[in-house]
Amino acid sequence: MGRITLNQVTKSFGDVNVIPPLDLEIDEGEFVVFVGPSGCGKSTLLRLIAGLEDVTSGRIDIDGQDATALPPAKRQLAMVFQSYALYPHMSVRKNIAFPLKMAKMDKAEIDRRVGNAAKVLNLSDYIDRRPGQLSGGQRQRVAIGRAIVREPAAFLFDEPLSNLDAALRVGMRLEISELHNRLKTTMVYVTHDQVEAMTMADKIVVLNAGVIEQVGSPLELYRSPRNTFVAGFIGSPKMNLFGEAEAAKHNAATMGVRPEHIQVSAESGDWKGTVGVAEHLGSDTFFHVHDTGLADDPITVRAGGEVSLHNGDTVYLTPEADKVHRFDADGARIA
Amino acid sequence: MATQHSRTAARFMISPAVIVLLGWMLIPLGMTIYFSFLFYNLLQPGQESFAGWMNYRFFLTDPSFLDAIQNTLLLVGGVLVITSVGGILLALLLDQPIWGQGIVRILVIAPFFVMPTVSALVWKNMFMNPVNGLFAFFAKNLGFQPIDFFAHVPLASIIGIVSWQWLPFATLILLTAVQSLDSEQLEAAEMDGAGALNRFFYIILPHLARAITVVILIQTIFLLSIFAEILVTTNGGPGTATTNLTFLVYIQSLLQFDVGGGSAGGVIAIILANIVAIFLMRMIGKNLDI
Repeated sequence: MGRITLNQVTKSFGDVNVIPPLDLEIDEGEFVVFVGPSGCGKSTLLRLIAGLEDVTSGRIDIDGQDATALPPAKRQLAMVFQSYALYPHMSVRKNIAFPLKMAKMDKAEIDRRVGNAAKVLNLSDYIDRRPGQLSGGQRQRVAIGRAIVREPAAFLFDEPLSNLDAALRVGMRLEISELHNRLKTTMVYVTHDQVEAMTMADKIVVLNAGVIEQVGSPLELYRSPRNTFVAGFIGSPKMNLFGEAEAAKHNAATMGVRPEHIQVSAESGDWKGTVGVAEHLGSDTFFHVHDTGLADDPITVRAGGEVSLHNGDTVYLTPEADKVHRFDADGARIA
Repeated sequence: MATQHSRTAARFMISPAVIVLLGWMLIPLGMTIYFSFLFYNLLQPGQESFAGWMNYRFFLTDPSFLDAIQNTLLLVGGVLVITSVGGILLALLLDQPIWGQGIVRILVIAPFFVMPTVSALVWKNMFMNPVNGLFAFFAKNLGFQPIDFFAHVPLASIIGIVSWQWLPFATLILLTAVQSLDSEQLEAAEMDGAGALNRFFYIILPHLARAITVVILIQTIFLLSIFAEILVTTNGGPGTATTNLTFLVYIQSLLQFDVGGGSAGGVIAIILANIVAIFLMRMIGKNLDI
């Protein structure tokens, strides 16, 4: 249960081609995250899998069965929407029971499953309230509850955490990951937040303008990004990319070094620059170093712990030799 | 607006509007009540005298009174059912993306802009006339006996005409309500396995509840006082078949010149309208504060 295969899938809205031919394999029990900038087609891709949009051409298989023409209800998938899409006139209990009621399940079974879902998601205290009386996090859990009672082949999440505040988001991220560990059901998750992607995914699919830039585990993407787009997108703060003279020394058109792979020193090093803004987070300190002669943009550097360098100080930077990424003129990685 | 001073000033400044509105309502109401206790006939001017409850007794025991109440309720109820059901269906239809959507919507709303007297006359003379009317033409072509609408089904004909006038209003309000429904909710219901009918009954209809309430309340207010359509088509007849309360008051005061009796009828109509309003609020008013 829960194996989804996309074969040469395309999608156009009128003349606009949103998704050029695309192949993707989602294995059973995997937590797959689609990540990319706004408008890259990741939500469209999810809606194609859900069946809420028709594919223009290509084929979608779910569990080895051709599902391309199946209506959403027949695909055995459950979806959690960005706006939660709870039914405002129904209580939490009725919201969660709705898919079961539509499946004409008998009353006792519905009650049992709704009770279980409510217990798992800590919703028992609010079970008779309406969605309007719940906080954002609780609504999110009701939406998840409505998805899990159906025991679907796979869960689809469409940016489910983007309406929550930062603290709640971290908590819900953990809950969804734990849910995945417990249920072992395939989950497909769309987000524009690469931190969510890195922390939750078994497999990340980086999308850019409808094209899959790279598929891999979070650490694969972090260690060996296949091109400059992935290099710049994965990692926080983002990788420093610079070209010309310095890159040429390494036989590349562009070279990239992550902020955490640059040594900072007040006395000596390969590159010299001036500290601009220093962000002291306590555990880490991020420096924006100007006037290095490497790139127009300041170079971001991470130093562990508290470092007493301040605005205007001169610093010396040294990249860790084995952590330098090299890219050719097309932006593709040089191994 | 928080200090004592600004609150006093605010009250002072809204007082002209409040006084005008109160006068607008209370003076005619007071005069109606006053006239209802007088023998006041326009054929005998200057001979008004105190009548006590005579006018009320006269009006309530009028044999047409019960007919009028029944007709009023049938008219209001019939139009409400037709316009709300038809309005929901039309709203759902107009919400579909179709070619020429703007023009179609304007056409649907058009009947609302036609004056009641005009639309009633158009229906009477061009559609329902048993000799020249369009319906008679179709009936004859199909080999049926044309129906003389205003002679055989007078109340139903008037319900039809009034429904045609009010359908656009219901459609318009319900269409905006349909459009305000979050499409993700419908998609979620679709994923949850709800078919088109279940989506309608479990998602769309509850969402429309408030708009339907508004349609029913507003229409009831206007439908209780339907007059022009009856005057230009059936004149309350045949017999009392299409006489509603408004029309009965008109007969009393302007055809029989009995201002006192008419006023008593008016006061009774106000009381009945309030009873209907209380029942309506009880039944559907709870929808207004979800």
